[in-house]
Amino acid sequence: MSQAGEVMSDDSERSSVGEQAEKSGQISLEEEFRASNVQEVLDKLDRELVGLKPVKTRIREIAALLLVDRLRAKHNLVTGAPTLHMSFTGNPGTGKTTVAFRMAEILHRLGYVRKGHLVSVTRDDLVGQYIGHTAPKTKEVIKRAMGGVLFIDEAYYLYRPENERDYGQETIEILLQVMEENREDLVVILAGYQERMSTFFKSNPGIRSRIAHHIEFPDYTAQELLAIANLMLAEQNYRFDEAAEKAFAGYLERRMKQEHFANARSVRNGLDRARLRHANRLFAKGGEPTSEELMTIEAEDILASRVFHDD
Amino acid sequence: MKITQGQFSFLPDLSDQQIRAQIEYAVQNRWAVNVEFTDDPHPRNTYWEMWDLPMFDLRDPAGALLEVNNCRKAYPNHYIRVTAFDSSRGWETPRMSFIVNRPKEEPGFRLNRQEVDGRAIRYTVHSYATEKPAGSRY
Ligand SMILES: Nc1ncnc2c1ncn2[C@@H]1O[C@H](COP(=O)(O)OP(=O)(O)O)[C@@H](O)[C@H]1O
Ligand SMILES: [Mg+2]
Repeated sequence: MSQAGEVMSDDSERSSVGEQAEKSGQISLEEEFRASNVQEVLDKLDRELVGLKPVKTRIREIAALLLVDRLRAKHNLVTGAPTLHMSFTGNPGTGKTTVAFRMAEILHRLGYVRKGHLVSVTRDDLVGQYIGHTAPKTKEVIKRAMGGVLFIDEAYYLYRPENERDYGQETIEILLQVMEENREDLVVILAGYQERMSTFFKSNPGIRSRIAHHIEFPDYTAQELLAIANLMLAEQNYRFDEAAEKAFAGYLERRMKQEHFANARSVRNGLDRARLRHANRLFAKGGEPTSEELMTIEAEDILASRVFHDD
Repeated sequence: MKITQGQFSFLPDLSDQQIRAQIEYAVQNRWAVNVEFTDDPHPRNTYWEMWDLPMFDLRDPAGALLEVNNCRKAYPNHYIRVTAFDSSRGWETPRMSFIVNRPKEEPGFRLNRQEVDGRAIRYTVHSYATEKPAGSRY
């Protein structure tokens, strides 16, 4: 059968990139870097994600570590695969899930995970309802994530100290084993609120000790949120006119002080509602809107928001 | 007598690397991967025991290989096979099936002849292994 041959060729292609560099004698870091195509993803990260300086720096550091590791392997300096399990902490809407997807892609390009997909789960996907239900459920998710990244959102819900027979404990134990023994097969990223995560780590030192990178996602500043808004609009072929941008800055200022403010997610939701009003405004006006009109969000689409009228 | 069933069974036993490559092929086609085992390899015994659940939506063969090895640990002296099920419309059937583990000794089969209706003969295949009760055959 030719099947096996076809599958293998995928791997041999990847390694040939490195081999070419090797033939020229010395392998430079720059060559290795170029061969991995990782710059492309890092650029995309810069372009598509506003702010997040500390996160981006950390990702570059991890990329550098993996590149040097690849070079070391070519010099026959054995290291053993580095541990790359991570925790992403920060408030809702700070970009944790988005960055996790990018991370999977970067790890794939650097050859650390074989496929580069991301399986995103929460407690309900892992923990069962009755005795004997949890282990198969957790293992099924882990097997699906192999070759890529397992992203566990709000990971602290796995641990319920008030119920010592909670099935979440079983999931934690399986995770502990997999994070240790299957490091080449998958990377685990645990995400959630900063404080709850540190409580979770305190009660689960085993998990903590298996996590190499703790990355914090800061809240966005008002300027960053506005830049995010402009970016989101551009992606959907919309834009603010001058007055609308000012109005949205005012909107953000008020919205940030309210409860349940969720950073970039609130921006996305605010924009979705503005689009709704924009559509209704055009509809009410009737006739044939110009493409200019179809694109432009105006101040009144923003100012009609409840945020301006609540107090 | 080496039993030949499914794919590759006339070849030397597959190495783990070759098994991995085959599962990779199944996974790329989005087929569900199953691990099954039996101690009754009669060719008409199509219903082997399932090891764990079928694995849907795998992206990488590592998970399936893990289960192959778990099954080998639990049943080192059984026949174990990997099947890949294609659920797409019009197929809805296994697309691959190959043995990944076999007993050290394979006693094989005997051909029984039965004379009926004068000199007509009926043939049937008898697996020596099934002379012992299930679980102690190999
Ligand atoms: N820095 C950023 N730049 C642009 N868009 C962002 C940024 N951070 C988050 N977003 C957007 O905000 C939304 C929520 O982000 P998400 O990654 O789901 O946050 P979290 O997982 O931390 O709750 C997504 O639509 C995402 O694209
Ligand atoms: Mg999220």
